[in-house]
Amino acid sequence: MGFPLLSPSYCCGSQPSPPIFHGLLRFKPVTSLRKPSSQKRQLCQSGRASKILAYYGLTTPPYELDALEPYMSQRTLELHWGKHHRDYVDSLNKQLAKNPLYGHTMEELIKVTYNNGNPLPEFNNAAQVWNHDFFWESMQPGGGKLPQGGLLQQIEKDFDSFSNFRDKFVESAMTLFGSGWVWLVLRTEEKRLSVVRTSNAMCPLIWGDIPIIGLDMWEHAYYLDYKDDREKYINTFMDNLVSWHAATVRMLRAEAFVNLGEPKIPVA
Amino acid sequence: MALRAIAGKKTLTLGLGFGPRGAVAASCPGLGLRLRHVRGLVTFSLPDLPYDYGALEPAISGEIMQLHHQKHHQTYITNYNKALEQLEEAMAKGDSSKVVHLQSAIKFNGGGHINHSIFWQNLKPANEGGGEPPHGSLGWAIDTDYGSVEALVQKMNAEGAALQGSGWVWLALDKEMKKLKVETTANQDPLVTKGANLVPLLGIDVWEHAYYLQTELAVGLKLNPTGRLDQT
Repeated sequence: MGFPLLSPSYCCGSQPSPPIFHGLLRFKPVTSLRKPSSQKRQLCQSGRASKILAYYGLTTPPYELDALEPYMSQRTLELHWGKHHRDYVDSLNKQLAKNPLYGHTMEELIKVTYNNGNPLPEFNNAAQVWNHDFFWESMQPGGGKLPQGGLLQQIEKDFDSFSNFRDKFVESAMTLFGSGWVWLVLRTEEKRLSVVRTSNAMCPLIWGDIPIIGLDMWEHAYYLDYKDDREKYINTFMDNLVSWHAATVRMLRAEAFVNLGEPKIPVA
Repeated sequence: MALRAIAGKKTLTLGLGFGPRGAVAASCPGLGLRLRHVRGLVTFSLPDLPYDYGALEPAISGEIMQLHHQKHHQTYITNYNKALEQLEEAMAKGDSSKVVHLQSAIKFNGGGHINHSIFWQNLKPANEGGGEPPHGSLGWAIDTDYGSVEALVQKMNAEGAALQGSGWVWLALDKEMKKLKVETTANQDPLVTKGANLVPLLGIDVWEHAYYLQTELAVGLKLNPTGRLDQT
């Protein structure tokens, strides 16, 4: 999702770096900072050192803005994605124009700007951009119901039953104070699934866990549709919105990093 | 002007009255206190608004005021009472870990009750003087410490916009330094968490529930109403 933008050095014959994509996201660049080529040539000829900027684009959710009706209204998507998410991206780009944090994927950028607990000003925007990308992809039209196959087995193994997990998830979301997120993560050290809660822009990537599902509990995520009825929002998310397909894909990818002890190969 | 001075004192009393000195608070009838004589535990109830829900239109819609007051503030009060009951039991049993565990719920819900009670008093319908610039000693103090009301409004707007997540923006009086200060607190932390000598004069709720239903406020103009709030 992030790609490095080289301005004058492009035309000066040096190798342009390939754009760095996030594999799972459907990438549709919305705006571009590319200068018209005449201007580029001018800068090239002036002999100034090339300035390398980092720049990230706003990805679109993998469905139309009205596709989640009636569970999440088009109006909410328009504001939540079109205004809030877009603001985070624009603010991040503005900050990065002044700060040489170059060459990172979004995930790397979050860890770098988190700065081991002393977050840089870019952290909030970077983390919220990633969190929201993750959130849109955690939902789908016709979502909800149950996960299948290996993911369901893992949930049943780590929570005793799916309904136990669901209760835990709902309870975690209901007891969150203030703004934040609720996640189903794969804990890399304990090698098991777990429900965690974070405040404001915090993201489990920070401490090395792998998120499988994310739910936005900031009020802007549900206030237009559910007003103060958080329980209804969370239950609707679990029953009708959550994308177990996306969760399964993420789980597959996560298993490349965390050895869950499968498959059990019988000893001869 | 004398009236405003009295009203200001009442606001200060309200601001102070929610501390552990329940007796002080009990002397202010508008706060909705109800003494439970059975166990001596003071419980709280929702204070009435000094104006109709729709009286602050078009700055803040009646729908938002009703939801904000009847749902959000009520929930804070309900949960605060619950937490206090549990605290009393835990203290009676000497269950220290439970006592400490309850602190976050008390800070959150109790803080929510304190902050919103101050908030309702800060607002006034336009036809009763809401939105007028401050007079008298407050106006003088603002001019001394910030140069002008506009400069103060700008500072508060900037602080509010920079706040990440949920929280409050405050105009506070530093009792020791005898100066006005602009502070922010996170979530429902009351102003005292930023300093024991800070007295809240004006609080702005920048939780999204305070403005989100009015789209024009949700998309970024939300702090303009600062200029239209009563600053007694």
